[in-house]
Amino acid sequence: MSSKDNDYLVGSRLEKVLRAGHFAVTGELGPPQSADPEVIREKAALLKGYVDAVNITDNQTAIVRMSSIGAGTLVLQEGLEPVIQMTCRDRNRLAIQSDLLGAHALGMRNLLCLTGDHQIFGNHPTAKNVYDMDSLQMVQMVADMRDKGIFQSGDEFKGTPASFLIGAAAAPFADPIEFRPLRLAKKVKAGANFIQTQLVYDVKEFSKYMKKVRDLDTHKETFILAGVGPLKSPGMARYMKNNVPGILVPDEVIERMNKAGNKWAGKKAADLSSEEKKARSKAWKEEGIQICIDLIKKIKKIDGVAGVHIMAIEWEEAVKPIVEGAGLYPRPEEK
Amino acid sequence: MITGEQKSLEEIQTLLGEAEKVLVLGCGTCVTVCFAGGSREAQILSSSLRMASKLNGHPQEVTDFTVQRQCEWEYLDEVEKEIEDADIVLSLACGIGVQAIAEHFPKTWVVPGLNTTFLGIPVEQGVWEERCAACGDCILGLTGGICPIARCSKTMWKGPCGGSEAGHCEIDPDVPCAWQLIYDRLSSMGKEEVLLELQTPKNWQVSRDGGPRKIIREDLRLITEEE
Ligand code: SF4
Ligand code: SF4
Repeated sequence: MSSKDNDYLVGSRLEKVLRAGHFAVTGELGPPQSADPEVIREKAALLKGYVDAVNITDNQTAIVRMSSIGAGTLVLQEGLEPVIQMTCRDRNRLAIQSDLLGAHALGMRNLLCLTGDHQIFGNHPTAKNVYDMDSLQMVQMVADMRDKGIFQSGDEFKGTPASFLIGAAAAPFADPIEFRPLRLAKKVKAGANFIQTQLVYDVKEFSKYMKKVRDLDTHKETFILAGVGPLKSPGMARYMKNNVPGILVPDEVIERMNKAGNKWAGKKAADLSSEEKKARSKAWKEEGIQICIDLIKKIKKIDGVAGVHIMAIEWEEAVKPIVEGAGLYPRPEEK
Repeated sequence: MITGEQKSLEEIQTLLGEAEKVLVLGCGTCVTVCFAGGSREAQILSSSLRMASKLNGHPQEVTDFTVQRQCEWEYLDEVEKEIEDADIVLSLACGIGVQAIAEHFPKTWVVPGLNTTFLGIPVEQGVWEERCAACGDCILGLTGGICPIARCSKTMWKGPCGGSEAGHCEIDPDVPCAWQLIYDRLSSMGKEEVLLELQTPKNWQVSRDGGPRKIIREDLRLITEEE
């Protein structure tokens, strides 16, 4: 995407930051499993000024939470720009489009289109899923809403169309791995203006992926934000490595996390006093943040990467030290 | 073929209640092939029900019979007398057979002995897998003969999603990822370019979402609408 021309697609802060060529920072905010607005306001306060926009998850991991658009409205009121996440799991094309009309009317301008985790993982595993369309088709549909002023049916908008900067997710290390750069290119062809990737811990493998992405010129047609996230403990690192599809955690990272807790090595959790446990957790978290900072610094040097997407869900406090530590503070003044 | 699994004996007993004359009606087609509701299963189930009802202190008269296909009137006519004599019919056919009895014998109380599960294939002795969701607009020609509607957990038109790992689906390590299978097949045949085409959302109107479906073949009808 050209950074010179200034006729913005939607003119969101995120779009301006990206088009101006700044290394963008997005964050993530998980709405509560309640109707409590304070939770959102508190989290927004932790992120404000440190990210250019914040993703509001949509019933993340298929657990019922405050809606992305509802929480996004609160976030906007706090002076932070939301990226609405929308999955295909819970809504058909009617519901998606109608929710997007509402989101646009409420002032939201960034959207991330996702297929969505299967409901079997969540707290309503006996629910019927929707999957009327998949994320690629959602991207196409939303691009047509904005650029052609038409609904998915082909009907024209009567009045203001819903316009969003359109995002999509990429899973660089999911299988079949050789197909992933091609699938990314396809999402961009469908109309994805920005991409947020699954968590990257293995910079070497990510660089290889980006090389293939560059070979297809995809990075010129979209803005790619690499997903990063601070680890809380060596256990979390091992869990991600072994249990979460599409995440590679190299041994050195696990080793660094282990080392951070060396002082308490060989002791079972039961043998530690609560003070010791707190101290160990603090040491792990500090190292987790440091690893994240180091990752960002390396990722920033990879050609074709336009920013980072920091996923620190339920640990929003970590974003400030990460952004500062990576030299990405203060954020540019694009309004 | 249509596959089914027998309901538990407890559930069947609850469905039968205290009816005195029970007819267990097997079906000689799909459910015979999947060992769920053929004549053998009908016989075994009948004797289990007889024993169980004796132990319960409410002995039931349980007989069994198996027709070649419960989903066609002509085969049901063969057992008209048995059906009408019974207080209750326990059908071991798929849901279509159960409904055929209800439709054909308005005075007969019929209950299902099976859970009709899917349209599938026996992949090995004792193992069946789903293959088709009867979506009404077959796309196998675009997916190398592997159906993502029935076999991708998210019925994705264009996958794979980010949850595909080492050939299996994110929902379960024992479930193959349909899109990995599609990818492997298309790439082994040098047809990967098919995967790069964008597709508009599927037309679900011709699937169940458009309401109950019906096929009318005028060329085959004996009585036409005008007559
Ligand atoms: S595409 Fe539709 S008709 Fe074809 S196999 Fe799949 S579900 Fe059945
Ligand atoms: S892992 Fe494969 S089969 Fe499972 S939902 Fe994703 S694309 Fe479909």
